[in-house]
Amino acid sequence: MGPVAELTYLEALRQGLREEMQRDERVFILGEDVGRYGGAFKVTEGFLDEFGEARVIDTPISEAAIVGAAAGAAHLGLRPVAEMQFIDFISCAYDMLTNYVATARYRAGLACPIVVRGPCGGYVRGGPFHSQNPEAAFLHTPGLKIVCPATARDAKGLIKAAIRDDDPVLYFEHKYLYRRIKEILPEDGDLLTPIGRARVAREGTDLSIITYSAMVWKSLEAAETLAREDGLGVEVIDLRTLLPMDDDAIVATVKKTSKVMIVHEDTRTGGVAGEIAARINELAFEWLDGPILRVTAADTPLPYAPALEDYVLPQTADIVSVARRLAKY
Amino acid sequence: MRAAAARRDAVSGIPAGLTREQLLELYYFMRLTRSLEERLTNLYRQGKVIGGLFRSLGQEADSVGSAYALDRAAGDFLSPLIRNLGSLLVMGARPVDVLRQYMAKGTSPTRGRELNVHFGDLERGFLGQISHLGDMVPVMAGITLTFRLRGQRRVGLVYVGDGAMSTGAFHEGMNLAAVRRLPLVVVAENNGYAYSTTLERQTAVRRLVDKAKAYGVEGERADGNDVLAVYEVTRRAVERARAGDGVTLIELLTYRRKGHAEHDNQHYVPKDELARWERDDPLDRYVRRLTDSGWAEPQALEAADARVASELDGAVALVEQEPAPDPLSALDGVVADPPAQPRPWYRDGSRG
Repeated sequence: MGPVAELTYLEALRQGLREEMQRDERVFILGEDVGRYGGAFKVTEGFLDEFGEARVIDTPISEAAIVGAAAGAAHLGLRPVAEMQFIDFISCAYDMLTNYVATARYRAGLACPIVVRGPCGGYVRGGPFHSQNPEAAFLHTPGLKIVCPATARDAKGLIKAAIRDDDPVLYFEHKYLYRRIKEILPEDGDLLTPIGRARVAREGTDLSIITYSAMVWKSLEAAETLAREDGLGVEVIDLRTLLPMDDDAIVATVKKTSKVMIVHEDTRTGGVAGEIAARINELAFEWLDGPILRVTAADTPLPYAPALEDYVLPQTADIVSVARRLAKY
Repeated sequence: MRAAAARRDAVSGIPAGLTREQLLELYYFMRLTRSLEERLTNLYRQGKVIGGLFRSLGQEADSVGSAYALDRAAGDFLSPLIRNLGSLLVMGARPVDVLRQYMAKGTSPTRGRELNVHFGDLERGFLGQISHLGDMVPVMAGITLTFRLRGQRRVGLVYVGDGAMSTGAFHEGMNLAAVRRLPLVVVAENNGYAYSTTLERQTAVRRLVDKAKAYGVEGERADGNDVLAVYEVTRRAVERARAGDGVTLIELLTYRRKGHAEHDNQHYVPKDELARWERDDPLDRYVRRLTDSGWAEPQALEAADARVASELDGAVALVEQEPAPDPLSALDGVVADPPAQPRPWYRDGSRG
């Protein structure tokens, strides 16, 4: 274990990527402006100098080709990490991901160990095409894995685990968290976050909030308020991985508190919360003392003006008020 | 010995440095392609083929001649489309596996998960296509990028058609391969139809090869029903790719003599057009060329026919009695780990 340092979420991600590239020469990066420019958010800054043009590849603006080429390289044993400059553009590679990549192992026994990563999320006044949360569009696709780190530790641990995973992993990093959160992390080459395992971000016995990504922080803030003002013990579950979903962690918290709400930043209809609620219904219905409630974005494209964006996206006050309603059951 | 044979063949005017043995091998693969499809047609009519049957009747020369231009010993690699059965056979796919695929057997290369010629073999050097046309171009860009990153002198070949070239994935893959000068040969089979849509309704260019200019790559065009012309033009492109001179787009002019699949009665095809192309049958043409030029004795061709018939007799007999896949096997292999997902609780009667 190396020295410790305080790292932002973005620096932790960068460190994880760099360590994996140093550790395994099969790992390479491709994407738009990832080389000379160092990535739109500077995630790969310095990589071109350190690893050279063969392993840090600037591509044309072609998300389908980026993902398709990554798949071809992965079939032959390489470990490509493809960057979507903003995760909003992953929809341009939707066919390649869902039809080609996700089915490769099942239909043809072809390993396709690629990572597709990029900045997701709002609260940054990015408007409809630089703020999206596309996880629900892929949750429905067998063969993919989806991870959404909320902490600097998991930003590092999950990128490393994703690169080492033998299947395609979508890694959605939240751009609001990039430089806003910090954590003291050891420079540890084997700091891995297991894919498929949630974590308890805060213990509590009265009510559970199941959430992920940036909403973990709003949920923790809400839990603090509820403890202070209402004397409620709120448990916060950070899923970390959405696919495969950690049913055990979900059931455990339901059994502990019997009251569950689900918070996500993505829009409501067809969102991840619906799937979580259905699983609780199948696996732990008799443990519930109240309805499963959701706090999500409204069903609109994400608007740009601060007054509009703030109104559409979930806020801490929304979580507090829904929790109070649920606590009454 | 081989050099002496080649010298003798050069004297006899065989093009492209091919030997008499190779000429016979080309014939064998074309005949095997046609006969295997004829067997499949019989099995289809008996209801033993599950799903559709896609014929490459009239296009055997373009598949076989182009794949034959690759160097299998060097590790060259291709990705076929639905009418490239001949290319798969050249790369070493076995007729039993094609039959297993079409009959959805548990023994098939995809264990009954995928259809027809949608299967691959990394060892033999071919990658199974998916149905989304154009997608294999970016994937083959990645395959050839990997050859480059590893410093290997291997070449990739990907097939597209007049239809696939209209997709966005084709464009993105072609552009990426061109920009990076990857060792990729893109073979555009112009067979006149994408399902029922004619070339005129597919693209505003009259010659697919003209699109090469837009990507800044070499373009060549050849008679796709002349197996030797196909071989020659592809060989040149493969050599350019291997030498580091980047992508070539080859347009092969051919014709789809059957419908999109067996269910399609081609009512949209003018009868005289079909008759004209029947007279240009690539197998008949090749047989005439071989015998008229004195490059092959009729007995040698008959021996190849007999070999094909006997191989297919054995393959059909073997595969017909093979079992369907076990339904439970449908749940495994979605991801590497865990090996299988749990059986749904309503299927095994107990709540999981």
